[in-house]
Parts: sequence; structure tokens; C-alpha cells
Amino acid sequence: MIGIGKTAFGAFADRDLRSLAVEAGWAALADANVTPSQVEAFYLGNFAGPSFVGQNHLAPYIAGAMGVEHVPCTRFEAACASSGSAFFHAWSAVAAGVYDLVLVGGVEKMTSQTTPKVTEILAGAGDMAGEGRAGATFPALFAMIARRHMHQYGTTREQLASVAVKNHANGAKNPQAHMRKVITLEQALKGKPIADPLTVYDCSLVSDGAAAVLLCPMDRAHEFTRKPVWVRGIAQTSDHVALDEKEDITTFRAVSEAAQKAYKMAGVTAKDIQFAELHDCFTIAEIVATEDLGFVEKGSGGAYAESGCTSLTGERPINTSGGLKSKGHPVGATGVAQICDVALQLRGEAGERQIARHELGLTQNLGGSGATAVVTVLGVA
Amino acid sequence: MKGVIYTETTVFAPPEQFAADAPYQLVIVTLEDGKRVTARIAGDRVTIGDAVVLAETRDTIPFFKKA
Repeated sequence: MIGIGKTAFGAFADRDLRSLAVEAGWAALADANVTPSQVEAFYLGNFAGPSFVGQNHLAPYIAGAMGVEHVPCTRFEAACASSGSAFFHAWSAVAAGVYDLVLVGGVEKMTSQTTPKVTEILAGAGDMAGEGRAGATFPALFAMIARRHMHQYGTTREQLASVAVKNHANGAKNPQAHMRKVITLEQALKGKPIADPLTVYDCSLVSDGAAAVLLCPMDRAHEFTRKPVWVRGIAQTSDHVALDEKEDITTFRAVSEAAQKAYKMAGVTAKDIQFAELHDCFTIAEIVATEDLGFVEKGSGGAYAESGCTSLTGERPINTSGGLKSKGHPVGATGVAQICDVALQLRGEAGERQIARHELGLTQNLGGSGATAVVTVLGVA
Repeated sequence: MKGVIYTETTVFAPPEQFAADAPYQLVIVTLEDGKRVTARIAGDRVTIGDAVVLAETRDTIPFFKKA
């Protein structure tokens, strides 16, 4: 990975989807000193542009505006793992020798719709004939995961809230974060109820934003940058879309399987991972992810979150960017944005939130309630 | 149709089409044959482990109640 670029995340009434995506793409190209005409393919992650802004055929629509012309331009849709999936397929093509210079983008423009409409569009990432028909929202699905996790493992409301407190503390240090606001445990616990036991502070943000990265073969990376980031391991896996079709909803099987594959490719184990950007669409999701990735034993993710081990100065910092909770969650941009944030730490360019050990990091991008998972192990080259 | 509550939540922020129903309790029921179904609750609130029976089906949505 030779270039990274991101827009700020937030609610931008004066920005449209295309201008956000173009800004991120140009930033990634500039980072590697590459011109748009050198790009051989464009992979775009976007969940619901047609529903949010009424625009289809997004990949060539954005590429054309960037000056990336007459090359394959394709949109990937995998709910909140859309750009993680685009990245996986772009990486596969470069690794297979099909292309040398590939741009991967992710974008979502969500805030032009009302909250109930956003809730309805996001619900489409679930099974609309089953859980959706019954009135399930995404907060409701993760609330049901939280309830079951609390029942089976004794996970507490305070442990859930500690994830939000930590991620807001990190996001407050990120100049590109959507909500740069420190919150207290008490505030998080007393937030407006969304889907019991989750309050508004357990839920990620509805955001506009875009991110992009530029990939090339390892043996050419030093032509473009002094600080290439090495994709050491990566895997995408899948599972049932409907929560009620999963045997055990306290674990995301797709995540644990993707992690094992990515670790194997990288030649590492869970304990080697120094820091990570995890998919905290809801606080419970970060807790479950730490278990599925093998950072801790099944059922002890709540205690781990509360222990301080995952803070900026802890033994394994998680979501140093502020995560989806504070940095924001323009869903189609999130997978690539996570990769950008790990790359910033690896390059030692994370500013006020730079951590001490930053040679090996991980991203975990989740689609829906676990139907798609992409896990990436990234290191310094 | 009978079953046991596998998990539950109460939805305070509904999607647009269910705005009039909120807050409503949403559950996953483990049925006698081991299959699971996502459903709503009619009447008293339920918790994990409660036995429930199908009370009615409204607009294709199954509503269970405490057994």
C-alpha cells in the first residue's frame, strides 16, 4: 500500500457523494506521487448510494471525475464491509499480477436523509423477508446480541459503555473525526434508549465521508514511497445474513474464520497483533470482535474492554482513530478508512494519538450482523 | 406454535414504516423443532428463557405471548 487518503467524517450539507470520493482518491494518489492516468483499475466500496442519494453506476461516475478513465471501475456492495470487500478483491488482483497500480475507494453520503429513513435503508443489510419484516433495525439486532452475551457471559452495561468512553477519548484526538467529544461512563449509561440495552452512546454515527488507498506489487513499492505498508495477510468470509439463522449469536463465525486465514497468511498469531481498528458499529460489536479475533477467551471481552488494556496507552490499543463510534461510520467508506488509520499508525503519522508499538496492526470490517467479514493484517514493509 | 425466548430487545428508534408501533419488543424465539424465528411480543414483556406461544399473525409478522 503506497498511498492513503481520507476526507474528514461528519455531516456535510454542502458536499455530495462524488466530491467526497474524489477528494479521498486524489489524496491517496498525491500521497504516492501517482497521477490519475497511471491507475489501472478502480475498486469502489459503497453500500447504498442509490438509496441514499439516488445515484447508480457509481464507480465510473467517481473515477471519471478523478481523471481515472478507460479502465475497469467496479462497485462492491457488502453492507458495512463494502470497502473492506473492495480492498480484498483489489489486493487479489494485484497479488495475481493482473494490475500494478490499483486505487481502492470507499464512500457513503448518509446525512441528507432523516434518521428513520437512514434506519430503514440500513435495515436492508439484514434479511428483509424475516427479521426486517418483524421490525428489526440494526441497533435492535446488535441489542439482541448484547442481551444474549450478557446472559451467557455476565457482560455488563458498564463494560459496553466503557467501549464508548474509550473510543470517544481517542476520537477527540483525531482532527478528522465526526464527533470529537470526550464522554463519561455516566453519560454513556444514561443516554437516550435506542434498542434496550443499547443507548445512543452504544451506537456508531450516521456520517458522510470517503477514504482511499493505492496498491501496487511489493517489488515496486519503493518507487513511490519511503513508507510502504505491507498487506501481510487478508481474508474475506461470509455467513448467514439473518441473525436467527446463526447457531450462536454471541460470536461472528465469519470474523473468527477470516482472522485464522489472515493470521496464517501473515505467519502470525493473535498475540502478535499490537493494535487494531475494529468494527465498533455498536459497543457490543467491539467486545465480540476481541473474542473472535482471539485477543481474549470467549466471554471475557467485556472484562477486557473495561480493563484499560485497549486504551491508547494499554497493552493493545483498539480503535486509536476513535472507531466508528467517534470517528464516524459512513458505511461504505469504513473498511478502507480503517486500513488508512492502521497505516497512519504504522507510518508513525498518527499525531497526538500515535501509539508506542506500531509495527503490526489489524483491521476487522463487518457487514450486516456478521454476514460478511474482512480481516487484514498490516505491517511495515 | 411454541418456543422459548432466545434473546430480546425493546426498540425505541424504529424504521419509518413501524414508527407508530414504537416502543415494541422484538425477540428471537427458539421453536420446538430447534429452528429460530424473529418475532414481536403481544402483551406482557418477556425475558430470555421464557416459554411463549404464537398469539397471532398480523401483516405476516408473528406475535408471540407468554405461555
